[in-house]
Amino acid sequence: MSVLVPRTLKDALQAISANPSAQLIQGGTDLMVEINFNHRKPTDVIALRRVDELKSVYIDAKKSQVTIGAGLPYQQMEHGEIAQYIPALAQAARTVGSPQIRSAGSIGGNLGTCSPAGDALPVLSALDATINLQTADSSRTIAIHDFMVGVKRNARQPGEIIVSTTLPIVSGWQGYAKVGVRNAMVISVASCCLVVDRTNGTIAVALGAVGPTIIRCRETESWLASQIDLKTKATVSPNLLQEFGDRIANESKPIDDHRSTAAYRRHAVSVLARRMLTRANNQ
Amino acid sequence: MSSATQTTNRRDVLGTSALRPDGAAKVQGRFEFSSDLHAENMLWGATLRSPHPYARIVSIDLSAAYKITGVEAIITAEDVPGKKTYGLISSDQPVFAQDFVRYVGEPIAAVAADHPETCRRALAAIKVEYEVLEPLTDAAQAINPSTPSIHPDGNIIRRQQIITGDQNLEGEIIVEGTYEVGMQDQAFLGLEAALALPESGGNGIEMYVATQWLHEDQKQIAACLDLPCEKVRLTLGGVGGAFGAREDISLQVHCALLALRTSRPIKMQYGREESFYGHVHRHPAKIFIRHHATRSGEIQRIEAKLVFDGGAYASTSSAVLINGVTHIQGPYRCPNATIDGYAVRTNNPPCGAMRGFGVVQACYAHESQMDKLAVACGLSPVEIRLRNAMVTGDKLITGQVIESVAPVARCIRETDAIAMPAPLARTAHPLEIVGGSGLTSLPHNIVRGVGWGVSIKNLMYSETFDDFATARCQLKDGVATLKYATVEVGQGFVVLAPQIARSVLGVDEVILDTVDTGIGSAGSTSASRQTWMSGGAVDGACRLVRQRLFEHVGKKYNIDPLRLAIEDTDVVDMIGDFRISVTEASTGVLIDETHEHHHRPTEELDENGQGNCHVAFAFVAHRAVVDVDVELGLVKVIQIATAQDVGRVLNPTAALGQIEGGIAQGLGLAVMEEIVLDNGKMRNPSFTDYLLPTALDAPTVVAVMIEEPEPQAPLGAKGIGEPPCISVTPAIAAAIRNATGKELPRVPIRPQDICF
Repeated sequence: MSVLVPRTLKDALQAISANPSAQLIQGGTDLMVEINFNHRKPTDVIALRRVDELKSVYIDAKKSQVTIGAGLPYQQMEHGEIAQYIPALAQAARTVGSPQIRSAGSIGGNLGTCSPAGDALPVLSALDATINLQTADSSRTIAIHDFMVGVKRNARQPGEIIVSTTLPIVSGWQGYAKVGVRNAMVISVASCCLVVDRTNGTIAVALGAVGPTIIRCRETESWLASQIDLKTKATVSPNLLQEFGDRIANESKPIDDHRSTAAYRRHAVSVLARRMLTRANNQ
Repeated sequence: MSSATQTTNRRDVLGTSALRPDGAAKVQGRFEFSSDLHAENMLWGATLRSPHPYARIVSIDLSAAYKITGVEAIITAEDVPGKKTYGLISSDQPVFAQDFVRYVGEPIAAVAADHPETCRRALAAIKVEYEVLEPLTDAAQAINPSTPSIHPDGNIIRRQQIITGDQNLEGEIIVEGTYEVGMQDQAFLGLEAALALPESGGNGIEMYVATQWLHEDQKQIAACLDLPCEKVRLTLGGVGGAFGAREDISLQVHCALLALRTSRPIKMQYGREESFYGHVHRHPAKIFIRHHATRSGEIQRIEAKLVFDGGAYASTSSAVLINGVTHIQGPYRCPNATIDGYAVRTNNPPCGAMRGFGVVQACYAHESQMDKLAVACGLSPVEIRLRNAMVTGDKLITGQVIESVAPVARCIRETDAIAMPAPLARTAHPLEIVGGSGLTSLPHNIVRGVGWGVSIKNLMYSETFDDFATARCQLKDGVATLKYATVEVGQGFVVLAPQIARSVLGVDEVILDTVDTGIGSAGSTSASRQTWMSGGAVDGACRLVRQRLFEHVGKKYNIDPLRLAIEDTDVVDMIGDFRISVTEASTGVLIDETHEHHHRPTEELDENGQGNCHVAFAFVAHRAVVDVDVELGLVKVIQIATAQDVGRVLNPTAALGQIEGGIAQGLGLAVMEEIVLDNGKMRNPSFTDYLLPTALDAPTVVAVMIEEPEPQAPLGAKGIGEPPCISVTPAIAAAIRNATGKELPRVPIRPQDICF
């Protein structure tokens, strides 16, 4: 096994260009487990952890958006500017693994692995994030919804590196909640990100771990927008809240597995979505 | 190679919180665990395991594997020179599967090669042809006589009844229930590992291994190798936890066989996934129980049927069953009993020893019943337990009279007196709230519940087993050297032994010799027994040495040795002025004494379950306070209050460590720890999916140690390792019931059990 450790993005892009099928590794929190279990045996690896450009954060106040390097460790999203502008992302970051995992894991890794239980992915989905990819001689931007193709499958092409993601700064409440069987360091049984855009009067709800990829509940979103004025805080009636939760549950597509049951997952996302909608209107 | 000799020279006597000599090394990552062992020119060993829960082996083809460069040996059942099977109580488990595989993970062959990766390739190249058979995975079905046997010894490992008193009594109050306990894993952190060094000529072997009982391993390994015991020398490798999972042989025989075959040192170690397949687990159990009581809540009779799923091989199942049936009454008086218990064989993973050893399952059932009885009688959980609490002199359902100190009522009262935690504040930090970092819940989503659990646990081995312990003490120039085969698995004998020597002999410096088979057996580090048994052996050896020292001093200074005593670090004349330091008194002489400590004899149970089968008992009470998000079914244990019957506290920090650790393990069984099986196959053999409590799940523990010295115990101290993890599980379950109103007859309690 060969391992290249480029120090600049340029070197990394040249390396992947020379060997487009090489395995990319960022924090290694997924890949190293796979390698240790002999589930994957890459022959050529390009390690991106030393590429500082992939850890940059750029806040564009004019465009009202934040671009986060694909290699920025979760630990650095928990507090500070990212937490200020995109609080749901900070909350999702805090739920990732242990402090050791959070100092290694990154959004790039979540996107690369593309597991429906990836903690950052519902936030990216709810915020309609864009994913920025580069090759040695080109770059492209793709919507998160087009990037996630299926269970652990994404739209990255051989020779490309996921360099960053761009997320809008939205005016209005946003939050992330995740159910696991213990109180920390747990893989998601069900998760939910809810974002209210007061400026445009819209709501976005994205669900994790209840389908092959992250699920955006678009039907429920437009239904709710037709029921209440989302531009202002309003008390949501109990009946409406109940129906909101039921609709969310209907849009989820969970399965039974050793971590939980489909019925519980469906129930959990409805409860999380209802609670977050209530929080959005109380704060 | 491990240098197991450690020196400590602080003035740390019994009763002080002396620090573990291995503590700093463990915290800093410097401690040498058995997986760190290494030898020049060594090969790696690895095991081929069955992918099927039940199958006939049609053929095994090794030819392709042998062609791989670097493969030095491949062994199967036919390469076992001695006994083809092993086992702790009955020898029913094949070293390698012969005709049949009976559980997923059963060893079929072992490979020695130059690198772990070569081993892996060789294992993949071994072709095994199976005739897959329908597995027996339901313990209830295993009892049915019409079910075909999956093992020549039959499907029932042991049946034991307890029949005593009036068999027809009907109480004014009758409550009943069926309770289930899932399969828990010991989940020690230090994985199985061993290093085997063959003697040149191939007629002997030296092994470094992480185990719980060196001499039992030695006996079983020697039988399989067809070598006399003295040709199999075992030294303890660094052990990172055990909890019962190291009582059975795992890789020892495979490792030794490969070393003898290749005449090279062999290192074997399991990864986490293989560890789940490579050791026994806690028995899943289903227990029906019916209590008859008077209207005022006095228990008159219990009826129970217990079924323990032993998995494919016997391990310690028969002893686990005995603990289950003999503890089903709990720490409560009960004059009449009708009990029927089974330990059965299935094609599930083998089950054996785990902290609590059969009592955990029984306690979950009887404590769930006590709460039902309290409701039926209109009493509080505390009052129903106090009314029935047993005392010294009471007779158990086995006819055995409790001779141990039995402060059951005091355990309950002192637990009850511990202050309740503050209510959950509206402004509580998210990490203090159910759901933790997941931010699922706000304070108004949460209901608080309180629940109780009280337990009785036998100490040491039962039913005629003479699990004695040996220790040797040498004194020279003021330095005591202790030699024993007592395995340190983390429980703290490594700090207790020198405390004993300092207290008895007045020395400062105590050297702990290598822990190996170069001395008599110490018995197993299990059954809450080493403080009592090996503590008794060290105490006895030190007392013999002290006697000899007094004789030596008496002769030299012409004082009657009976007048001499140890005071601090001096030998003093209790009547006169004579005083000399122990160092000076022992300069130039070598005093060397060995002592064996035996507990009192016990009896086997007869067909009606009558007999003095246990040595002694310890008691504990737990009160759990939990926060439950009822709608999502999520739980956070806030506080465990406990008062434990410890006899005497020998090291407060170490004792509290056992209590806190046991509580965390019992909490795991209550709300998250379970090996999920699907037709005999484990679905979650990893720490990603077999969840253990984290720091955010561990509750505040408020512990009271009840010190009523036990007259039978050499140091007055009872074993304290197991009781903390036994009744905390039903206490937490009861607290969740209290918060939710649900019956919750099964642990671990999952979110879907609460919210649907």
